[in-house]
Amino acid sequence: MSATPSLQPRNSVFGRGAIYLLLALVAFVALLPPVYMLAISLGGADPAASPLEGGIAETARRTSDTYRHVITDENTDVPLYLRNTLWIALLSVVGTTVSSAVVAYGFSRVRWRGRGVAFMVMLSTMMIPFPVVMVPLFVMFRDIGWIGTFAPLWVPAWFGNAFSIFLLRQFFLTLPRELDDASRIDGCGHLRNFIHVILPLSLPALLVVALFHFMFVWNDFLGPLVFLTHRDQFTLALGLQLYLSKLGQTPWNLLMAATTIMVAPVLVLFVLMQRTFVEGISTAGSKG
Amino acid sequence: MKHDSTATGLLWIGPWVLGFSIFTVVPVALALYYGFTDYTLLEAPIYVGADNYARMFEDPILGQVLWNTAVFGVISIVLGTVVSILLAVLLSKPARFQSFWRAAVFAPSVLPLVALAVIFKLAYDPELGIANRSFDLLLGWTGLQGPNWFGSGFWAMTALILMGLWGVGPAVVIYLAGLRDVPKQLHEAASIDGVGRWGRFFHVVLPMISPVILFNVIIGVINAAQVFAVPLLLTGGGPERTTYFHSMYVYDQAFTFGDMGYASALGVLQFVIILALTGIILLAGRKLVYYRGA
Repeated sequence: MSATPSLQPRNSVFGRGAIYLLLALVAFVALLPPVYMLAISLGGADPAASPLEGGIAETARRTSDTYRHVITDENTDVPLYLRNTLWIALLSVVGTTVSSAVVAYGFSRVRWRGRGVAFMVMLSTMMIPFPVVMVPLFVMFRDIGWIGTFAPLWVPAWFGNAFSIFLLRQFFLTLPRELDDASRIDGCGHLRNFIHVILPLSLPALLVVALFHFMFVWNDFLGPLVFLTHRDQFTLALGLQLYLSKLGQTPWNLLMAATTIMVAPVLVLFVLMQRTFVEGISTAGSKG
Repeated sequence: MKHDSTATGLLWIGPWVLGFSIFTVVPVALALYYGFTDYTLLEAPIYVGADNYARMFEDPILGQVLWNTAVFGVISIVLGTVVSILLAVLLSKPARFQSFWRAAVFAPSVLPLVALAVIFKLAYDPELGIANRSFDLLLGWTGLQGPNWFGSGFWAMTALILMGLWGVGPAVVIYLAGLRDVPKQLHEAASIDGVGRWGRFFHVVLPMISPVILFNVIIGVINAAQVFAVPLLLTGGGPERTTYFHSMYVYDQAFTFGDMGYASALGVLQFVIILALTGIILLAGRKLVYYRGA
């Protein structure tokens, strides 16, 4: 860098200070919502009071009461909603990862006429808005008795998901073609090449896809709203909406505690797998 | 290199072809059909010709809904694009703890929308919320008061648009990748030619990342056209339908009023709008976007 000082004329102490100031400000603003949520959940019923009112010991006792109340409240059966969400997430994530990997293999390592066109068609399906298929899907699922069951929320995931297929295909394309040739020379067909060569090399990409789909299921609101009918089947997103609709009877600290319970798993996943997230999104953007 | 047969290829993508047919092609075809019927779910659909589409022209609520969605979409996308590019530029500067800064900017984007809506519902509360309490703290001495966020259409829309800025994380990450791919030599060449900081940004960096901008804008259009959960939970569409959006209207026609025919026609309209806008943006992009090697 010292060879080209003219390129960074203003990276003086002052310039650096300004950058750190801006970074701190941006980080503060960005993290405000989750911090605010946590702070309110620690406080009493009045959200305008200090979250640490009454001292540390009192806050600790109050907080454990708040969270215990939220978890054991029969009106908002958080453990049940959590179990429902986890079931749907598990079935969807496994399904979408497995099926998307198979399809992505067909779009990358199998060479066939029409592949490019088929791939473009698949990408363009990402433009189809959910509301246009919402009514027909409701009717179709009603006719086979799936409304009010988890099936509409996880069965479609077993047929591949355009975004996951896209991400996996991009990854599969980066693996050297010689791998396929070697497999062929060894007398392996595509199936064995897929299972024994390509998949083991693609664990990071599979993890990205699984992670993104987990987040999608965890956050999905409209799907459960349309397809689930009974409170016993509600996901966390629907349960939280139900809780919010009782605003007025529900103090803010309880509501924020419930929100914290919903947010904590995704935030923890994010902190643990930050790099995976960022790489996945970069891939989606830079090669789109 | 040996080619596989088309049959082999189709076999591999078979799961997607099957799922796409069942869960997309059939429903879209049914939506087109229901759009020409009167359908209440209780009885079989009755063919009514283009009645549902004719009704759109006399539906003042639809006019309002489309206008709201357009206003929300345009302002959100423009603001989101500017903010995310600025953040990406800031985060691309060499700094200590860089991964922390980046993670902090990205973190709110992983929060579930329902959770964000609950948080902002309190944050925007005129008396209790952090927005107006900070306003009082900082500007209280001027005698000004924070707005009643959900009290007027203007402020409710503003609240929704501002809240959207906590979701720019993915766009920032994509812009960061775009900025990283701008060749250093271009910067240096422009710098040697005496082009200043801003000149380099507008004449070198922006053209180089314009394909990325195009990508993000298209994603933005697809998302904005479908905005649903946050306004439903935050404002309920109010006051007086000023934050009532297209997807909410489709949902209400279908599941509140039970008018599946009109709801389907409205869904088809949404699809057509997204297709048209994407087409226009791609065409405009041909002129405005710089593709390397093109």
